[in-house]
Amino acid sequence: MRVEVRVYPKEGVLDPQGKAIASALGRLGHSSVTDVRAGKVFFLEVRGEDPVVVEAETRRMAEELLANTVIEGYDVRVRPEA
Amino acid sequence: MSAVPATRRRFAIVVFPGSNCDQDCYHVARELLGCEAEYVWHRDTDLKGADVVILPGGFAYGDYLRAGALARFSPVMETVARFAADGGPVLGICNGFQVLLEAGLLPGAVRVNRGLRYVCRDVHLRVENTGTAFTRLYRPGEVVTMPIGHMEGNYTAPPETLTELEHSGEVVFRYCDPEGRVTDEANPNGATAGIAGISNREGNVVGLMPHPDRSAEPLLGNDAGRKMFESAVLALAAP
Repeated sequence: MRVEVRVYPKEGVLDPQGKAIASALGRLGHSSVTDVRAGKVFFLEVRGEDPVVVEAETRRMAEELLANTVIEGYDVRVRPEA
Repeated sequence: MSAVPATRRRFAIVVFPGSNCDQDCYHVARELLGCEAEYVWHRDTDLKGADVVILPGGFAYGDYLRAGALARFSPVMETVARFAADGGPVLGICNGFQVLLEAGLLPGAVRVNRGLRYVCRDVHLRVENTGTAFTRLYRPGEVVTMPIGHMEGNYTAPPETLTELEHSGEVVFRYCDPEGRVTDEANPNGATAGIAGISNREGNVVGLMPHPDRSAEPLLGNDAGRKMFESAVLALAAP
């Protein structure tokens, strides 16, 4: 099934890319933007029947590799229908 | 320790796919210090009897995912971790430092430089701890010049880790101005507290973003980095 993992800078961790994007958006006239944090998304195809089991396994993948939990947070979304 | 002459000390230079400063380190160990040196491929698990291990700069695994993130799973890293746990001197330079951070052999992490650019230039460094395996030939507070070349060198760590690092003297190098003042202007990448290099508690594992390997002989206009390699040889003789 399809699993999506979002990895992003933790709240309070300086995010130079997000800051640069925010200021670029401001220069383009999108003055409503007050903050941007830039992260990444992983789309995984995982074999399994039980979404709960798949989610637990994917969380381990995030802890072990996909995120550096010193500076990054993550969330996991299992999409059995996809 | 044994009475093996310093020149017979053996360096292991770990080579990951994408390492590109391995030959620089090999050259320093072998040609400049007259020590023995061996390359150790990342799939090997044998350090070939090394007394000192160097993780060189480069772009291991293309820096995919995060710098150092994939290299830490190379088979050789388990051996390096054991070598370090037994007190063996391990030096991570630039990308090698990033690998040590990802592997958890040193605390904290690096983010992309605050200027969002690859920065390649000489920097001034203040030597903060001369008690590590790689810095004992420097004077405390000495200001040295070494080159940097990196995109992700913006060091950070959780507040409690930073406090710990400061209190136990694990900050080894700080970016500074020519007079040794740690200022924001002298900080090339935004690293917290100007931290350019750190060690573990025991001082046998050291990592830094600047390149002592590119500043180890007068031919290159600068030999300030040579003492890091010499320190390791000395540390072995007199631990």
